[in-house]
Amino acid sequence: MNGAGMNDATPPRPDVRKTYKLYVGGKFPRTESGRSYEPAGCAGVQVCRGSRKDLRDAVVAARKGLEDWSGRTGYNRGQILYRLAEMLETRKDALAAEIVAASRIGDEAAVREVEASVDLCCWWAGVPDKLNALLGSQNDVNGPFFVFSTVEPTGVIGVIAPESPSLLGLLALVLPLLAGGNAVVALVSEGRPLAGLAFGEVCASSDVPAGAVNLLSGLRSELSPQFASHRDVDGLLIAGAPDAAIGQAAADSVKRVRFAPLSQADWSDGARVRRLDWVEPFVECKTLWHPVAW
Amino acid sequence: MITPTDFRVPPVDAIALETRVAELATRSIKKDAKKKGLEMVVAMTDLTTLEGMDTPGKVKALCRKAWRPLAGHPELPSCAAVCVYPDLVGTAVESLRGSTVAVASVATAFPSGRAALDEKLADTRRAVAAGAGEIDMVIDRGAFLAGRYGQVFDEICRVKDACGEAHLKVILETGELRTYDNVRRACRIALLAGGDFLKTSTGKVTPASTMPVVMLMLEAVRDHYLETGRLVGVKAAGGIRAAKDALRYLVMVNETCGDHWLDARYFRFGASSLLNDVLMQWVRLRTGVYQRPEDFSKD
Amino acid sequence: MTQHREREKSTAPPRPALSFGQKWRYAPAPEATDFVAIAPRHELFIAGDWSAPRSGRYFPTIEPATETPLSEVALGDEHDVDRAVAAARAALPAWSALPAEHRARYLYRIARVLLERAREFAVLETRDGGKPIRESRDVDVPLAAQHFFHHAGWADKLELAFAGRAVQPVGVVGQVIPWNFPLLMAAWKLAPALACGNTVVLKPAETTPLTALRLCEIFRDAELPPGVVNVVTGDGSTGAALVRHLGVDKVAFTGSTAVGKSIQTALAGSGKGLTLELGGKAAHVVFEDAAIDGAVEGVVRGIFFNQGHVCCAGSRLLVQEPIAELFVEKLRHRIERIRVGDPLDKNTDLGAINSKEQLARITALVTRGVDEGGTLVQSSCALPNKGFWFPPSFFTGVSQTDSVVREEIFGPVLTIQTFRTPDEAVEKANNTSYGLSAGIWTDKGARILWMAARLKAGVVWNNTFNRFDPGAPFGGFKESGFGREGGRQGLAAYAKCTGGLVQG
Repeated sequence: MNGAGMNDATPPRPDVRKTYKLYVGGKFPRTESGRSYEPAGCAGVQVCRGSRKDLRDAVVAARKGLEDWSGRTGYNRGQILYRLAEMLETRKDALAAEIVAASRIGDEAAVREVEASVDLCCWWAGVPDKLNALLGSQNDVNGPFFVFSTVEPTGVIGVIAPESPSLLGLLALVLPLLAGGNAVVALVSEGRPLAGLAFGEVCASSDVPAGAVNLLSGLRSELSPQFASHRDVDGLLIAGAPDAAIGQAAADSVKRVRFAPLSQADWSDGARVRRLDWVEPFVECKTLWHPVAW
Repeated sequence: MITPTDFRVPPVDAIALETRVAELATRSIKKDAKKKGLEMVVAMTDLTTLEGMDTPGKVKALCRKAWRPLAGHPELPSCAAVCVYPDLVGTAVESLRGSTVAVASVATAFPSGRAALDEKLADTRRAVAAGAGEIDMVIDRGAFLAGRYGQVFDEICRVKDACGEAHLKVILETGELRTYDNVRRACRIALLAGGDFLKTSTGKVTPASTMPVVMLMLEAVRDHYLETGRLVGVKAAGGIRAAKDALRYLVMVNETCGDHWLDARYFRFGASSLLNDVLMQWVRLRTGVYQRPEDFSKD
Repeated sequence: MTQHREREKSTAPPRPALSFGQKWRYAPAPEATDFVAIAPRHELFIAGDWSAPRSGRYFPTIEPATETPLSEVALGDEHDVDRAVAAARAALPAWSALPAEHRARYLYRIARVLLERAREFAVLETRDGGKPIRESRDVDVPLAAQHFFHHAGWADKLELAFAGRAVQPVGVVGQVIPWNFPLLMAAWKLAPALACGNTVVLKPAETTPLTALRLCEIFRDAELPPGVVNVVTGDGSTGAALVRHLGVDKVAFTGSTAVGKSIQTALAGSGKGLTLELGGKAAHVVFEDAAIDGAVEGVVRGIFFNQGHVCCAGSRLLVQEPIAELFVEKLRHRIERIRVGDPLDKNTDLGAINSKEQLARITALVTRGVDEGGTLVQSSCALPNKGFWFPPSFFTGVSQTDSVVREEIFGPVLTIQTFRTPDEAVEKANNTSYGLSAGIWTDKGARILWMAARLKAGVVWNNTFNRFDPGAPFGGFKESGFGREGGRQGLAAYAKCTGGLVQG
């Protein structure tokens, strides 16, 4: 960074620093509130302190994105998730640096986290065109009817990512939802938001339709009640132990709510995160009946 | 009349139709309702013999049975008609003189309908001339299944003309039309062509009358009545042997078409062995005692 | 015919009209009840035995068709719930450790005995709940038995149902069931729970406890181990005590959306499992190319089955404009044919409204519908003097803003609206916070699949309606609840995958 070995006469080149903004509806807006905060994990960096209204806008964007994303074929969704893996891989160093900057963990561990994220992405990329084979059914019934059950996305799902691992944790929550055809509004790690926000750049360059993934940064304590009470959010997938306040607020619109009480190490445990029961609560089983006759 | 070229009908959902029929088949008809029902069945029966071995003797016996179904019970109505081949119409007319029983004759190259139109018309005129008050014609199923609906329509119109004053029953032979959609379309053609009755079957093809098919016909005549004001009858013919089944048909009539059709003018059973079972049940209701089949005359 | 010609001559010919019921009336055909003795008092069923409520309090259960009391039933309170949960907890280790095929064997036994005693259960169900004997006999009881039979076969095949995932029982399950299908709902809930190795405390509905209690006799005869199923009767407070009990690992509830939300609120943060099967306001979409008489039957089945006390009832008819007038006319005729009256009469199609409260609710909503400007059409059928009754009814001239279109009436009341295009039908159908079921009538296969993919509903009946089977997953989208009942998917509610996400 400091240009070692260059002619002393030339002043060091001031680097161009990235402004970390929200990712909403395929665009990178600043928070409407104009507020920012300095995340606990990254001194000297200011990120958007997303507000209730940012969440509102993100949900509107997600509702639009849902229409596009859920209307794609499973094959197409799979390809796009694989494209995400490709883009993650390309940006491995940058993302690792962002994890390091925020987490102060070693470079090697950060690279491993990005690699695990890429691997997880590849795993989920193979799911969308098999969802109905895995979760659907043709049902034998006692009568002259052809009956089958398909799964379709629940809708707009709110995600609250774990503090750490900030990138892998976010992806472990977001990927199954996307594989299921849902649109996501995610609150990235509060203290270590950089890699999570950078994921927006990965999405923007991966053919993920605008609005399918929306990323907010901000204070978990401020935004989680808003996620829970927003009536147009159909489900919540939240890192951490069950939270009564969130569950209570979610009940008014009968949201599907799941908590992921994983330890730091659990997130990189394939046996924990590569499972269909991460997508199952966020797809709706629809049973179709039709008579069989000539 | 301009020949319609479009005999489109609403599609039929087989399972919905069969479900409704199965529901109605669970109706429990007891006591007075049963007695009344059985008497209606007797009055609606076209006592039928359509065999190669039919003789004047056989037809005379059948006529007596139709006139007075049960010796010693003049309170029981006569059957609606006796149904025979054209050559035996004279015998039947003779035997039934003075009764209310009509003489029905099959015609139009019954049962296959495979003859030239002029032969079918001649067949019809002969039967009418011999005194038949009702003509049971068969439609040309070959033409129907080949999609020549106009031909089927024209033929019914021509036969209707040949009938003169005689009532025309149009046998669709639903067992050969196979699908409910075909039956529904055939109903439409026969109704537009001026048939006085829709009749299920010749009795020579299996299945003959079935409840769903008759339900479909009832819906067709009901809708036709509401559309045009013209009442057309339905005749369930063949395969109905038990009083219990006949009552189930009546329930369909009662709950689909209603009172107008609970009348021998608009609903008939074409049957032979059915009558004795109905009589047996009727006597059982009166006496409370189960009956022995041998005690009822077999004609 | 002559009459007809004369009519044609007159300047304003009367429209042809059908006439019904003047020529042939059915004699009463009451189902025999003398073989179904009802004890004057019913206790709680805890740990395999009958047990008096600690409070010593009982409440009457009445026959809604006559308003006569049938029996008095124990009013369980939190202490009784506590005892029942303890019994279920005590029975859990042995029951869940049984060889799976042994668990299956008990369920098979229950299924077979239920069929043996089918008529008895049908009569009891009809007397206690008011539904026609034709339905309890032909639908509720056989389906209940089928549920036990179906799930018996799953008990020893769970590793096939959850391929690649280790599952174990959730534990003690609290189940609260509604009054519209008292026996069927009990079977629907108990069978999968038991198959997966759970033990259960079941709370039947206040107005219809008798068949669930009689089912306990079958459990005893089948030698189901004591405590595996416990039944605590009572009112809303009993149910509330059960779902909030700390010893319950999972709650399954079928009932109103309002109560469902309160249960979800109560369980928030507990990490307990919860499945909710709540209300509905299903759209029944009829296209102009539909098999019209079949569709009329489907619509009738959709809204008048079980007096419309069906969460998935097709209560909002959306009919395409070109056939709207004809369809409404056919429906008008058809509802006159619905036989309303004594539920025990084998020819009755529409029985008694389940309770005075429910009748008041239906009446109030219908009154509001009229006040808001809807046109009410009702069958002219005579209603009995005693008991709770409501005639088959429908509203025309209503729109999406009307209360009768938006609110679940849970009675024999249909609303009729029209639409022009498939996308308009989808928009109207989905314009509700419910999402339990939907119906489509069209002769066009591609359109069915297009529509079905867009309707936000857990069950879509195409060219049929209100069909149920233990093999077919059932449950709602949106505020109609979550979780499925029936089929492989339904097992998930009663089997815990180790290391999975936690419900909140």
